[in-house]
Amino acid sequence: MKMTGSQILCESLIKEGVDVIFGILGGSILPLYDTLTQYPQLRHVLVRHEQAAAHAAASYARVTGKPGVCFATSGPGATNLVTGIADAYLDSTPVIAITGQVARPFIGKDAFQEIDITGITLPITKHNYLVTDAGQVAQTVKEAFYIARTGRPGPVLIDMPKDVQVDMAEFDYSTRLVMPGYKPTTQGHPSQLKKAARVIQDAAKPVILAGHGVIIAEAYDELKEMAENNQIPVITTLLGISAFPGSHFLSYGWLGMHGMACANMAIDACDLVIAVGMRFDDRATGKISGFAPHAKVIHIDIDPAEIGKNVKVDVPIVGDVKAVLKGLNKYIEPKQNPEWLSHLEALRLQHPALHIGDSDSILPQYAIRKIWEATEGRATVITGVGQHQMWTAQYYTFDRPNTLVTSGGLGTMGFELPASVGAAVGRPGEDIWCIAGDGSIQMTIQELATIVQENLPVKIAIMNNGYLGMVRQWQEMFYGKRYMATPLACPDFTKIAEAYCIPAINIKHRQDVEPAIQRAIEHPGSFLLNFVVEPEENVYPMVPPGASLAEVMETPRKEVLKWPRKSTL
Amino acid sequence: MATQKHTIVALVMDKPGVFNRISSLFRRRGFNMESIAVGHSELANISRVTIVVDGSTVQVEQVRKQLEKIIDVVKVTDITLRDTITRELALMKVHANSNTRSEIIQIVDIFRAKIVDVAGDSVTVEVTGDSSKVETLFKLLKVFGIKEIARTGYIAMTRGDTASL
Repeated sequence: MKMTGSQILCESLIKEGVDVIFGILGGSILPLYDTLTQYPQLRHVLVRHEQAAAHAAASYARVTGKPGVCFATSGPGATNLVTGIADAYLDSTPVIAITGQVARPFIGKDAFQEIDITGITLPITKHNYLVTDAGQVAQTVKEAFYIARTGRPGPVLIDMPKDVQVDMAEFDYSTRLVMPGYKPTTQGHPSQLKKAARVIQDAAKPVILAGHGVIIAEAYDELKEMAENNQIPVITTLLGISAFPGSHFLSYGWLGMHGMACANMAIDACDLVIAVGMRFDDRATGKISGFAPHAKVIHIDIDPAEIGKNVKVDVPIVGDVKAVLKGLNKYIEPKQNPEWLSHLEALRLQHPALHIGDSDSILPQYAIRKIWEATEGRATVITGVGQHQMWTAQYYTFDRPNTLVTSGGLGTMGFELPASVGAAVGRPGEDIWCIAGDGSIQMTIQELATIVQENLPVKIAIMNNGYLGMVRQWQEMFYGKRYMATPLACPDFTKIAEAYCIPAINIKHRQDVEPAIQRAIEHPGSFLLNFVVEPEENVYPMVPPGASLAEVMETPRKEVLKWPRKSTL
Repeated sequence: MATQKHTIVALVMDKPGVFNRISSLFRRRGFNMESIAVGHSELANISRVTIVVDGSTVQVEQVRKQLEKIIDVVKVTDITLRDTITRELALMKVHANSNTRSEIIQIVDIFRAKIVDVAGDSVTVEVTGDSSKVETLFKLLKVFGIKEIARTGYIAMTRGDTASL
């Protein structure tokens, strides 16, 4: 049957299981939006800036495991997507971005709102397309979804000229994909698995380093099996948080610049790193020459280009993390590691993860810990980027799989609010907590309108310290306390919230923290908590830039919280 | 780390923008491209790209893997250590007058190159061969004065029965 390019696109999206689209319209995408009226099964979430559409789609993808879809118009609409697409690219998230483009005869003529978005997004997409024929739409969408969700996931952009959206063509979604240049390896090579199993068997001081790949592959059970059967401690990356229960007795927190001291020390002391679905980012490894100096490295990743990119690898295994771990578990004889574990246990006691000082004012760590308590650690937590992000990763203990959505690779301030929109749409009926920074949230604060329009019950907790806090911390530590451009004059966030009809309260004293969180939880809809926190509180532990993980600086404070433990040896 | 020139052969889909994807990859990852030559292969819709890249073994391994990640790139092979035939074609327009013309022709003959055009005060030489031959001829002709030079960049093929795919 003949259909318009727009109808073919909508039909194709439905074939791919899409039920929600985040976007904003404009001139060059009007025919497609007009067609959306014929497809009520495609829910459209209207955001207030295209960057938010891309972040929301990415966050939706991360919480559901399905590709997220966003729409934008040509020109500025498309360029506004760029930050969100780049964020999704660096965090290996499947996003399908569909942009309107000026009609074919105008391409290359600098027409109104014309921009070469395929050229612009070339280095930040897994692949992209300019569709020049309505007859190609179905095939393109099919390829785009296949590329986005398989192998190492990533964003794919489809640029659709306005006249292609209205041209007629036959709709046929049954064509087989022919992509000779794209064949992701999913199964680990058996000889590599056996080799890895031997190395694991021989190790006296092994650690598992679990990354985002474990979450993407949903390899939680396989990871747990490997860790438990062989008594191997598990350390995660920032994006690997919630790949393994945070209160598990084998969990040693996360590593890197603001990771737990005991995790960084364990990496320094171990004789084997089993890296699972992670890419040795510089924020995770510290100085690369000082990373795990005594260890062999087994690196499991689906992207062959990640192997040997930053760290020399002894046993590389290319494949899907779930399949590889499943295979590997068959080859390893269960083993006990009492000496190594008791050594690490001692490290953990000497270098506890959580420090909350005694103070009348509100320490951000305390507020976050109280949110953890009040939500019983069951919420899906979304953060922006900065100090509040690090404190959330440290002081909220994630036991449920895939419950932290944060911007890792790109480190995009302003991620939290739009990502909360995506998470709330993707997980209706669940607790969605947006932990925000006062600087970070102001980059995308207009998305409060989306939360209201879509009636999303997002609880927003701003850690308001009146600074661009993480940068201020660096200025304090490395730039002689010269606070250039970091002090912020913030609006009264409660009034901003009220303007959007979102109830909100200011919290200024420690004793008011718990009742405020309770109020937010009891309120059925969205609620904003503005925690006025200690302005110059720093994030510890910290591995100074350029230092190795062993040179971790710990908090100068004394008072210590007990590490949350559920199961025991 | 010791660097070395590597010859990489990539088979790529014959689609718009593929060349851009490859060159953009080299630029953004800081890989050092010395030469690139593109042309049709024996396979329908597939072009063959020969790239000479300078780098350590580890860097060039990254080049190969990153190239393979491009969806429109079908196959990438580093043929540096294989037994290969490499060729380049160059056109050199050399200053020539009645005094020097015969000497130039002699040099050209020794190199089994060809004079493909003669004008009032120049001759144009066509030479094919591996890099050292082209370089040597260039050095010898340089003393007469080179007006213009055009080189294709290397193409390469392994000896023996191997096929592209």
